[in-house]
Amino acid sequence: MPDKPPSLWASITAAGTPAGHLYGAGATVGLAGLARASSLGGRLEELRGRSVLLTVSDPLRAALAMLELDGVAARIVLCPADLSPEHLPSVARKAAADACVEDAGAAAAAPAGIGTRVGVDPQLSGEARRVCSCTTEWVLLTSGTTGVPKLVRHDLATLTHALTDTRPGPDSIVWATFYDIRRYGGLQIFLRAVHLGSLVLAAPGEAVPAFLARARAAGVTHISGTPSHWRKVLMSGSAATIAPRYVRLSGEIADQAVLDALRASYPQAVVAHAFASTEAGVAFEVRDGRAGFPASFIDSPGARVRLTVVDETLRVRAGGNAHGYLGDDAVAFQQGPDGSIDTGDRVEERAGRYYFLGRQGGVINVGGLKVYPEEIEAVLNAHPWVRMSLVRARSSPITGAIVIADVVLAEETSGAARPEPEILTRDLIHSCRQSLAAYKVPASIRIVPRLRCVASSLREAVAAWVSASPGGLRRTATA
Amino acid sequence: MSIRSTITSQFKQVAIEQERKLATLTDDRKLIDCGLDSLSFAILVARLEDSLGVDPFSSGNVSEYPVSFGDFIRLYEGFAR
Repeated sequence: MPDKPPSLWASITAAGTPAGHLYGAGATVGLAGLARASSLGGRLEELRGRSVLLTVSDPLRAALAMLELDGVAARIVLCPADLSPEHLPSVARKAAADACVEDAGAAAAAPAGIGTRVGVDPQLSGEARRVCSCTTEWVLLTSGTTGVPKLVRHDLATLTHALTDTRPGPDSIVWATFYDIRRYGGLQIFLRAVHLGSLVLAAPGEAVPAFLARARAAGVTHISGTPSHWRKVLMSGSAATIAPRYVRLSGEIADQAVLDALRASYPQAVVAHAFASTEAGVAFEVRDGRAGFPASFIDSPGARVRLTVVDETLRVRAGGNAHGYLGDDAVAFQQGPDGSIDTGDRVEERAGRYYFLGRQGGVINVGGLKVYPEEIEAVLNAHPWVRMSLVRARSSPITGAIVIADVVLAEETSGAARPEPEILTRDLIHSCRQSLAAYKVPASIRIVPRLRCVASSLREAVAAWVSASPGGLRRTATA
Repeated sequence: MSIRSTITSQFKQVAIEQERKLATLTDDRKLIDCGLDSLSFAILVARLEDSLGVDPFSSGNVSEYPVSFGDFIRLYEGFAR
């Protein structure tokens, strides 16, 4: 890829009119059609130079809008399908959004003050004049400590850094992905697919057998998802619906069991697991069928992506690194003196191979979704009978991890008798359900007499003492 | 309590907690059709590890993932032997 591709549309048409398709659950659109017509009802020019919130619920519509907006909008803010409506105003404010592309199923209406609202329709219409006038900033959302998303700044050059080949080859490639293409992992697959062939998009909540049947009908050759998605496929009884040439896992630690099971189910396929993060970009892909990654990846001279391990944590320096966070969070961007991004993923070397140990600072990865314990502890601590709490991960062979919690209760006073433990834990779970996404609700809550303060590493302990921030020290329960 | 009844009881308990509608659990019932989502299964497997003392999925010896409720029971029965 050149350092600054002119626009996504120009990039995918550099080798000629694209022959691929975008397969949604309700409609299919040929990419060639976008050369002549638009999904934006003739209103593309209204979005030129604007900061555009993309809030559509339908992934096919989102894909079409992304193809049209790069090189036109000054900024595109990709709002994933599961973005909580309460966070949309803060996202819009941080992004200085002044336009919105939406559809009827959008989870949240665009905040007041955004006057330009454009619909997107897979029935292409009107004429399309594809004039690139700027390098569009692509903004992706990632979880923040308090649940409010952080906005990560990319552009087409950083997002396509991992694409070493952008011209379609002689063999037709049909990608399918379980991911939401508005999150980093899914966006990577979208960008590969529109350059090299076609893409089958999963609808939110679509059942695995139905999605695999659509993927098969489209002639899927390459398919990607998290290890959790793949375990779901393996337990669905419908894995044999497809016979892909390439199976990719990313977003969570891929264990040997899921790699072996995929190898057995798809003996003809390359089964690869990849590491990427929204901030660091794509770091590497492992194709040898084994969990972890070769130690030779670290400090490899001349590598396109420079990987280092500092304080047991993986760092990445590459052209795919994000430019930073947008708005108030800009100072929180974790970049080392050499420009590398601290991924926050802890690794350990054993016999010439690195293995992932989990996230630094207690961050929990549930099925590819990041959970900050502090957000859940804040909900638990708001309960009148909770004095303090500790939220932590319990490892899971199904979703990588689940969330569990320990709480210390407040002392009884003469004026109030403490409810029974079963009633309290039920009440706490109910409170969590009211204010948190399902994957953040603790699977179990244990009432303990005290929490003992420990730190998972000396560095964390020092950092916590220095910052003296509440919750900076991770605590361990004493049963 | 037998392994089967422990597993059945935990399916019901997790379904209630996660507010999922559980289908009738026959041996040929596909897990994907039983009403539980991935998160529910993750919780179920953790609970079964607590109550039965085994987690076949983390053992490193699962060659095939269970597809039906009967497969799921047999997986645990095989590890408990």
